Order: sequence, then structure tokens, then C-alpha cells
Amino acid sequence: MLKGKSVLEPMDLTMEEMQDLFETADDIIANPEKYAHAADGKIMGTLFYEPSTRTRLSFASAMLRLGGQVMGFSDASSSSVSKGESIADTIRTVGCFADVIVMRHPKEGAPRVAAEHSFVPVINAGDGGHQHPSQTFTDLMTIREYKGRLDNLTIGLCGDLMFGRTVHSLIKALTRFKNIKLKLISPEELVVPEYIRNSIMKKSGIDFEEVRHMEDVLPELDVLYMTRVQKERFFNEEDYVRLRDSFILDEAKMKLAKDDMIVMHPLPRVNEIAVEVDDDPRAHYFDQVRLGMYVRMALITKVLGLEA
Amino acid sequence: MVIDSIKNGIVIDHIQAGRGMKLLSYLSIDNENDTVAIIMNASSKKRGKKDIIKIENVDSNSFNMDVVGLIDPDATVNIIENEEIKAKVRPTLPARVENVIKCKNPRCVTSSERGLKNIFVLNDEENREYRCVYCDEIVSMDKE
Ligand SMILES: [Zn+2]
Repeated sequence: MLKGKSVLEPMDLTMEEMQDLFETADDIIANPEKYAHAADGKIMGTLFYEPSTRTRLSFASAMLRLGGQVMGFSDASSSSVSKGESIADTIRTVGCFADVIVMRHPKEGAPRVAAEHSFVPVINAGDGGHQHPSQTFTDLMTIREYKGRLDNLTIGLCGDLMFGRTVHSLIKALTRFKNIKLKLISPEELVVPEYIRNSIMKKSGIDFEEVRHMEDVLPELDVLYMTRVQKERFFNEEDYVRLRDSFILDEAKMKLAKDDMIVMHPLPRVNEIAVEVDDDPRAHYFDQVRLGMYVRMALITKVLGLEA
Repeated sequence: MVIDSIKNGIVIDHIQAGRGMKLLSYLSIDNENDTVAIIMNASSKKRGKKDIIKIENVDSNSFNMDVVGLIDPDATVNIIENEEIKAKVRPTLPARVENVIKCKNPRCVTSSERGLKNIFVLNDEENREYRCVYCDEIVSMDKE
């Protein structure tokens, strides 16, 4: 039972709870009217200490579609927290007004501090480079929706594997499923960090291979998860441009892939997926956004213990 | 070199040479009543060289044994009463330490939230790795 529990990282949910989450999302998609008043009279507090319009709107629309209300701030500078209020005090205050709190914070572990002091469940909506569980659930939901399963898959993760938080969380979550083969596609400068390689992948025994070129593994992939190569990770423009351009997915590369491979991306993208790929039926990154909202609806109903 | 034996207090013996100063800093003794001696690079039958720390008049009940286990689990702690060894304790790797290891991740919430304790839990016994419960930063006490 997730009722009343905070969700700080994907692994806070058991396999059964995760399964239940996806099944609830399925049910919401199939019967949205059943859930239109599930959260009547409930209030979600969105505490966004740094702006993330996409995530905030996804959570807000999820709550509104359940019939609930949303309040909060979208930028720390417009609230009392800019006056130096501690997370502990903020959360004890907001917890009096809201039934569930969704928190985005630049400091890693901030949502855990919030959960320690909160009377109501806290959902981590991203803390620095650390965790973003609803994104991971969205990714898994998308794979499940378009591949029909979460096991027996060859999954390519491409781009910035060093700083990419979404990729790290996804790798960790995928270690729970059977017969997953990971193909880690990145330049040498952006390979997965040591702790992911040793403490997560090697420890779990998951099958993985690190490669430098997308073309080497594209024909084998069931899923290709693209990520953005961020400019701020580089010391000079030249390296950035060189690395950015060597990991671009275009239609020429898509020709090498299976007919039923799916392409995912946590968005926003810069140029790592050419616009021409958008029309390819294998492109599912916008579907991912839609599924993200349903997964968040399911997550809210679970932590609030709502009935359809 | 001769250092007087102590009447009452604690002697931490068989500390791996070079770890004594570090252990002392982690013990954060600032009590005005404690007299502390550190001996570095003493000869040892077991280890060739060793460090020793002697703390006089420290209360063995309030002494943080976890810290010794954290820095050097092979050290021995002798509790001295009336110039005699009353007990010999082998420290163990603590499962969890509060306010002993400070998280070095500049993005960690412990660097900004007032009054928040630094809490680390044992992550990997073999490599003496500890993990920050907030940001998951890993520190290896072997490398520290
Ligand atoms: Zn930390």
C-alpha cells in the first residue's frame, strides 16, 4: 500500500506497487471519467524551488484531471523560502494546507528532508542530479505500453550517460526486470559513472555493453533512449559541438533499426533527434509526455489512497 | 620514546601508522578536562609501525567507539581504570554514523539546510564504503 507514503526514488515502490501503478494508469487511460472526481476536495501543493515548467504542468494537469486543486510556487524567489526559511519549516507549514506535496529542489536529498518533517506524502519531482521517480515510472510505462513488456528487451541508452539523471534512475529500475540487455552508447567523455557501473550494473548482474557508435548496436535494439548532451558540461564549445553532433539520430540511422524499435527521449531535446524522425511511427517521445501525465495521475491516487 | 601511562581513560592502540591524526580529528575531542597524547610511528610487532592515542579522564560510556571502527577497525581500544586495563574492545564497522562523516557533495542538502545532521550508512563492508542517506554520495573510508 502506497497510501500516505512519500515517493523519493523509483525503488521506494516494490515491484507489486509498480505493477499496480501501471495497471491503474491503464485503467485511467481506458476510463478517464471514472477518475474525474477521485480527488474531489483534495489539494496538491507544488513546491518548485527551481523552475521546471514541464514537470510542474504534468503534475498539475494530473491533479486537475482527478478533480483536485493545485497551489504552490514555481520559483523559490517568489516565496518565503527566498528569505531563508528551512525546508523543515516550509514543509510543516504547507503540510497544513495540502494533502500531498510535490517538490522540485536543486539540492540533492531535499525531498527526503521534506518527507522527514511532513504530515502528508511528498513526491520528489527532481532533486538536483539525483532522483526523479515520476520520470522513471513514465519511461517504464512507455516501454510497457509500446513493447508490451518490461523484460526480455535490448535497450540502448544514448548520449550523456555521465550526468544524465534520468538514465541512471532508469538503469537502476531496469535491473529489477529479467533478461534486459543494456547497450550504453556514449562518447568516452560521457560514459556512465563508476558507481553505476560497479554498484548498480555489475552488482545486479545485468547484461551491459559500452559502445562508442550508435550504428554498432542499432540493429539489435528494441528500445532506443536518447538524451541531451548539455552544453554546461563542457569546458569548451568545440568539444561540445563535436560530441553533440556525433550522437544525433536521423532517418538515415533509423533505417538500420528494427521496424518495431521505439525511440524515447525525456525532453526537451536540442538537436540530438533530427526533426525528420518525429514523423517516424517508431518515435514515441511525445507519447511519453502524455503517458507521464497518466502515470502521475495514478501516483497521486495511490499516495492519497483514492478510489475511482 | 616514553610516554607516561595514564591512570584513567582510554588508549587506542594498534592504529595503522598514518591514521592516528585522522582518527583524532574525527574523535573531535575538545573537552577541557581531557589530556590527549598521540604517538606516531611507534614500533609494533604486529604492524611494523603503528600510531597510539591516549586520552586521559575520558568517560568510556560517552566515548564514540563507532569512530574508531570507521577509521581503523583493526585498532584496539583499551579502557583504563586505576592504571589497569579494565577492558579491551575491538571496534566494529558501524552500520550508521551521525555527524561523523561530512558529505562532500556540494549539491547535497546537508550543505544548505540548517541543523540537518550528516547521516551516513554502511554501503559496502568489504570496501568500507559509506553512503549519504540524503544524496547517496559514497565515501570509501579506505581512501579517505
Ligand atoms: Zn550528501
